[in-house]
Amino acid sequence: MRIKVDSEKCQGHNRCFVLAAELFELDEYGYATATDEGKVSPDLEDQARLAIENCPERAIEIVSEDD
Amino acid sequence: MTTEPVKDLATDYDIFDPEYIKNPYPAWDELREKCPIPHTDRWGGSWMPTKYEDLFALAQDIEHFSSESVLVVPIEPPEGYEELEGSAQFQEVGAPPISADPPLHTWTRRLLLPPFSVKSVQKWEPLTREHCRSLVDGFIDKGRCDGAADYAQQIPGYVIANMLGIPSDQSDTFTQWVREFLEYGLQNFEMAAEARNKILTFLWQQITEKKEKPGDDLITYLVQAEVDGEPVPDQHVLGTCFLILVAGIDTTWSSIGSAIWHLAQHPEDCQRLINEPELLNTAVEELLRAYAPVTMARVVKEDIEYGGCPMKAGDKVLMSFPAANRDPEKFENPDEVIIDRENNPHIAFGAGIHRCAGSNLARMEMRVAIQEWLARIPDFKLVDPESVTWAGGQVRGPRSMPVVFG
Ligand code: HEM
Ligand code: SF4
Repeated sequence: MRIKVDSEKCQGHNRCFVLAAELFELDEYGYATATDEGKVSPDLEDQARLAIENCPERAIEIVSEDD
Repeated sequence: MTTEPVKDLATDYDIFDPEYIKNPYPAWDELREKCPIPHTDRWGGSWMPTKYEDLFALAQDIEHFSSESVLVVPIEPPEGYEELEGSAQFQEVGAPPISADPPLHTWTRRLLLPPFSVKSVQKWEPLTREHCRSLVDGFIDKGRCDGAADYAQQIPGYVIANMLGIPSDQSDTFTQWVREFLEYGLQNFEMAAEARNKILTFLWQQITEKKEKPGDDLITYLVQAEVDGEPVPDQHVLGTCFLILVAGIDTTWSSIGSAIWHLAQHPEDCQRLINEPELLNTAVEELLRAYAPVTMARVVKEDIEYGGCPMKAGDKVLMSFPAANRDPEKFENPDEVIIDRENNPHIAFGAGIHRCAGSNLARMEMRVAIQEWLARIPDFKLVDPESVTWAGGQVRGPRSMPVVFG
């Protein structure tokens, strides 16, 4: 699975980071980007989905289910 | 100002009705069914969206909805305002970024984000924990306390004072000023204006001192900050310090208080949090969702029809994030507090460009406050649910809440 944070939508709520620290990095302002170019290993897919569901800005997208 | 009984929620809701403040949920349920964006003429007039999707959309629509006036009641300068001490000096001081639209919003907010990042607020956790412990020390032997006044209320003012670098032994005074401005002040403009001047006079003096004797604190950070190579104008430093004090106290205190109120009535949740401490973060989000304290406002920029409502330029729209968080179309069983709720994109901290800049600090304070309370007081209940008093309007939360321990 591959994910992406839409930087236009992200407002730095940081819910993603708290739920899945391996998958997201924050800059000094709190804006998030996906780590490792968005690659999500199979064991972290549930956490990625949790982050997607909890982001209040709907800023995290699945780029591809089987990457 | 009217105190007539409410005739019809859809056309006449009253955000200061004591029954509504105590228990707003039935009103929101009725409105979502009948008229999801009601209007009232009370308190200066306003619209009040009650559905999650509408609040989310409105929060994003900065083109049509301005933040130039975010208080839920339009505060008019009281008669004789000019003669009040401080008025002349502070007339033009705003509260950026909360009261600003882009482009002013963009850099005033950017300036504030680094000191409130997840990492930066970690630095304040030990001090917060220490303080919570000493508060519990103060009442544990009595077997009872006021969970709102003796505990929740005592935490945010202390933390903010330390962050700003102002004397924390005066945090009771700051908390009192903030209440005079944001709580009582919305129904008493004279008190609001006086409180505003008192806060600004005090902060201005602190800013002047930090300029001469810099410290390792937020005021010094703002005083020394540069934006595009220019120092930040004094007026903005002052306005931002004012905002931090006002936005950080009542709000967080209300959230901690509501959390204690909930736990006092749900021993099963207390037990679970003690046995499964890893649930704490999720529980904090759920308590924020269910008891979101803050309602903000927007001003309609030009005539627009939204959701079938003819909104006129200058109309006020109440951003009732608390109602959004109880919308059954967004949250399953919204009135149930499920401390391990997995799907919880609540908007207690708002959404869009004004997302609460202090949210990481508020979360840390809530987590530590709950943890330290439960560590010493695992078993407690309300003395009398009926005697709990609530403040509402801009910020909703318990103000007096006697509890007895196990
Ligand atoms: C549980 C506690 C808190 C809640 C529920 C809360 C809620 C909110 C909400 C809903 C907004 C959005 C305003 C809007 O859309 O117009 C906001 C903005 C803001 N809050 Fe908080 N807040 C809390 C604690 C704090 C704390 C502790 C601070 C800082 C010390 C703080 C500082 C701010 C600032 C600076 C803004 C303005 C951001 C902007 O306009 O860009 N808040 N808060
Ligand atoms: S939860 Fe959403 S808005 Fe918040 S930091 Fe993550 S991606 Fe950005």
